[in-house]
Amino acid sequence: MKHDFLDKYAELDSIIHRLDPRIKIVSFFSFIFLVISTQPTKFLNFLLYFLLIFGVILASKVPLRFVFKRSLIIIPFVLLIAIFIPFLKEGEIAGSYNFASLHLTVTYDGLIILFNVLSKSWLSVLSMLALASTTKFPELLKGFEKLGLPRVMVMVISFMYRYVFVLGDELMRMKCARDARSFGGNRKWHIKTIGNIIGMLFIRTYERGERVYIAMVSRGFNGEIKILDDLHVKKLDLCFMAFFLTILTIIWTVL
Amino acid sequence: MAKKVVEIKGLEYAYPDGIRALNGISLDIFEGESVALIGLNGAGKSTLLLHLNGILQSDIGTVEVLGMMVDKNIREIRSKVGMVFQDPDDQLFMPAVFDDVAFGPINMGFSEEEVKEKVRMALELVNMSGCEARAPYHMSLGEKKRIALATVLSMEPEILLLDEPTSNVDLKARRHLIKFLNELDITKIMATHDIEMVSDTCDRAIVMFEGKIAANGTVEEVLTNSELLESHGLEAPILVKLFRDVMHRENIPLRLNDVIEKPNKYKI
Ligand SMILES: Nc1ncnc2c1ncn2[C@@H]1O[C@H](COP(=O)(O)OP(=O)(O)O)[C@@H](O)[C@H]1O
Ligand SMILES: [Mg+2]
Repeated sequence: MKHDFLDKYAELDSIIHRLDPRIKIVSFFSFIFLVISTQPTKFLNFLLYFLLIFGVILASKVPLRFVFKRSLIIIPFVLLIAIFIPFLKEGEIAGSYNFASLHLTVTYDGLIILFNVLSKSWLSVLSMLALASTTKFPELLKGFEKLGLPRVMVMVISFMYRYVFVLGDELMRMKCARDARSFGGNRKWHIKTIGNIIGMLFIRTYERGERVYIAMVSRGFNGEIKILDDLHVKKLDLCFMAFFLTILTIIWTVL
Repeated sequence: MAKKVVEIKGLEYAYPDGIRALNGISLDIFEGESVALIGLNGAGKSTLLLHLNGILQSDIGTVEVLGMMVDKNIREIRSKVGMVFQDPDDQLFMPAVFDDVAFGPINMGFSEEEVKEKVRMALELVNMSGCEARAPYHMSLGEKKRIALATVLSMEPEILLLDEPTSNVDLKARRHLIKFLNELDITKIMATHDIEMVSDTCDRAIVMFEGKIAANGTVEEVLTNSELLESHGLEAPILVKLFRDVMHRENIPLRLNDVIEKPNKYKI
């Protein structure tokens, strides 16, 4: 099976794609950091932040439709948490509603907090998407490692990324095998087969782990994974970072 | 007389759960030979291969590879004995092809330049140049098998071990692999079910049965003996069955090419 949900457009070629992953990580995380620490009422700043990240996404040639559709995934979660704030926060009343015996008031302060939470989370997601969809996953990992993320954690994530699809395929095959043989049956029986499938998946994963380990040992693995460090910061990288961070700071401080 | 590269004496092995996988194996393999281990599932082929690079070690019997006792020279042996596993998903554990092919050479301590050169060479050998940055999970099984081969070739092994190299592979990839193995000039030991491939790539065939060596001879001797093969659960090539069991001939051809080249010898 073919999978590509994480870094679907990372194979494209653009200025942004060609940047060193470390540069992108630092730039986009600074972006998030500054966005988060901007005062909620500075609406113009948020617009400018948006334009900045929008510009980056445009330059990366990643389809806008994809980015925006993906970025909306976060909204329901944020809403779930933040939707009550306008009703609970005290302050100047913006409107009040009566439902039978229920008296609800919405305050300006509350609305601003809601706007604040929504816009900051959405901008953050946009910047993470800009990072993830312009960087191949292995490079992203290398970047994080070079920036000091512990090797063990990088390896765990890397194995996860490598095998999650293999295991997914295995699960699909087991599910097909079950479906091909199940004609109705009651609920109890269904739950039992699901239990069996999960158990099987667990055992297969364990065995897979053993075989992978053997394959690693066969090629001289002795507890430490070494990879070639072929990241080199180029002039383009420095230019991008200087440009991006300058604009970011200007928006943050001057306006 | 060619150099002896593998010498196994009285090897017995039982898995921790008590299953006796090898029951007294003695075997010599010489430099440049291409040896097939054939036998039913569970006959102990994979287990035997795993002893040749010291993944499994046994107290009973000795294994000597390239003149070194395996248990005492593990690192040296693993850099000279390359093992290609059956399922490439086990072998390709890195997120990108380059890192996988480079894994062995880096562990062997080569410099960055040398590693890159070895990766380039290995990928070129298996005809997969230019896919260094690709992710293994995006590849077809045939491609993955070739990359798995490259991850071992990049270490420039003196002995190549292959576990079921043609299983699940489509016909085109199989032909490609056979041609490739024939051109590769090192000692090869492969465990397989694919009798036709054995007749095309190997000089010697060893029949394994219940952890023992049931027969050991040239490919011609072993594969034209349909009684031997059948009594160990294997099947002779179709030509052998035709000439031996149907036409009761004395001279029995193994490959179609034999017949085409010497029609007189086989009286057709
Ligand atoms: N990891 C293991 N643990 C326990 N028993 C095993 C393991 N691997 C193989 N066996 C058993 O050892 C015997 C030989 O297996 P194997 O060498 O894999 O055979 P082959 O490769 O010829 O099919 C079989 O009976 C098998 O069930
Ligand atoms: Mg096997």
